[in-house]
Amino acid sequence: MFAHEFMRNAFLAGTFVALACGVAGYFVVLRSQVFAGDALSHVAFTGALAAAAVGVDIRLGLFAATVAVAAGMGLLGDRARPDDVAIGSVFAWILGLGALFLSIFAAGASGANGTQGVRVLFGSILGLSGGDARLAAAIAIAALAALLAIARPLLFSSIDAEVARSLGLPVRALGIGFLVLLAVVAAEATEAVGALLLLGLLAAPGGAARLLTDRLWWGLALSGAIAVASIWAGLALSYQIAALPPSSATIGIASGFFVGAALRAWAGSRQRRRESNPAPLAGVGDGI
Amino acid sequence: MSAELAALSWNPLVDLEQLTAFPFMIQALEAGTIVAVMAGAIGWFMVLRRQTFAGHTLSVIAFPGAAGATLAGLPLAFGYFGACALAALALSLLARPGRDGLGGESAAIGTVQAFGLGLGFLFVSLYSGQLTDLESLLFGTFLGITATQVQTLLWVALVALAALALIGRRLLFASVDAAVARARGLPIRALATAFLLLLGLAVAATAEITGALLVFALLVTPAATAQRITARPGPGLALSVALALAVTWLGLGIAYFSPYPVGFWVTSLSFGLYVAVRCGAHLARPRPAEALS
Repeated sequence: MFAHEFMRNAFLAGTFVALACGVAGYFVVLRSQVFAGDALSHVAFTGALAAAAVGVDIRLGLFAATVAVAAGMGLLGDRARPDDVAIGSVFAWILGLGALFLSIFAAGASGANGTQGVRVLFGSILGLSGGDARLAAAIAIAALAALLAIARPLLFSSIDAEVARSLGLPVRALGIGFLVLLAVVAAEATEAVGALLLLGLLAAPGGAARLLTDRLWWGLALSGAIAVASIWAGLALSYQIAALPPSSATIGIASGFFVGAALRAWAGSRQRRRESNPAPLAGVGDGI
Repeated sequence: MSAELAALSWNPLVDLEQLTAFPFMIQALEAGTIVAVMAGAIGWFMVLRRQTFAGHTLSVIAFPGAAGATLAGLPLAFGYFGACALAALALSLLARPGRDGLGGESAAIGTVQAFGLGLGFLFVSLYSGQLTDLESLLFGTFLGITATQVQTLLWVALVALAALALIGRRLLFASVDAAVARARGLPIRALATAFLLLLGLAVAATAEITGALLVFALLVTPAATAQRITARPGPGLALSVALALAVTWLGLGIAYFSPYPVGFWVTSLSFGLYVAVRCGAHLARPRPAEALS
């Protein structure tokens, strides 16, 4: 498998992008910002299409659009945690803009109708050149280092913003900084592996780690490990089964981790409830 | 959209005549009207219940449904409705709001969405035929709607609105204050599942017309704008439907006279309204200093 250069490139870029996504994803889940991450991945899609429509470098459009929208969301939102209705409204408009740029782009280059959109949406991790892969890995490592540098205060302010504020932590600046870092991860992941894989690697490993352990640093490490394991297994599987795209395989495995963790948590809470409370309060803590 | 564009004459009667000169335009207006009424009403409840992310996920799930139906050689409608119903059930099982304070719900919704998209991509790559339909799956075929589709849409909308009217009062109660509603003996979980299924039904019916990505614009933005203006349920619902209708008609009208897609105009108009209302509310609010003195 490693005899092929494209597989080596895919593993190089995939490993570091997945690690960055997994670590960022744990914070995203802890802060209930999966929707914001999803929106940013679509912003990246629209930004790339805009760049393609205007004819400038796609990477430029991706990064500029994503970071700008992330900073805007952070600044507009209350306490740098934008509420989901506001995200939804911005998001709907971003999708409309995507439709506009796609139509301009498709009209300009009538041969390549829609294929660029497909590539940006679903990525082509197996089509990375050596330079692309090294650049993706470098950006992912830089984002990861920045995340780890602010990890301690960020964890604190994610868990209890009030106490963190009273201790003098810059909660709002941390929130905005985190959204901008998330934007960098989202833009890089969209460029290298596609918007689809990004969402899967943000939500599923972080969600699984949240369910598996209450200890924060363990959770952070576990989330990164699950993301990397998913992409390795996904790449290996899609190498064996030609019809299976690597992003579908990776998402499938990451979702498997999440469902497994949810089942374990569900079984655990049933057992605890039976042991501690023979006549449980019917349905307390169930859904709305 | 054809290469030659109709010219705007700035005479309302002549322009209206131009707009309705072709059957495809009349069908687009009919379908747009039905979709706007349904999305405006159901979207109001979606925004009230803070289920925007779930709504977006359901609208994205329409895409693997359509791709799977294409692969299996079934009518597209089967794929849309089947996938959205399955996703609604999965969401109501996995993502229960409030069970887990720190993000358990949003992680579950995100995972369901990513998994659905992964399946969709698998179906598309298994389907060795042309990928040209992908763009219309994602962004819709507003101007290629048939009379039969309009009829199906009308029936689905009637069923969905009747069901919403049936559970509306109880759903409102459960959405506003779940704890009190539970104490009164309302079946909170059954209501939540029923609402997600209704949302799935509305999204599936709409996705065929507006595309998987743009359903969301009609669901969320008019309802969010309406709730910024009034908190009362009756007027709020009416306003949400009215706004959805207005942006749909205007969007279709403008798109007819311009080279850019309907989806762009509809989303831009509704987003512009939302921003205007938010800014207006911000300016009308008393300054903290004044309120204190």
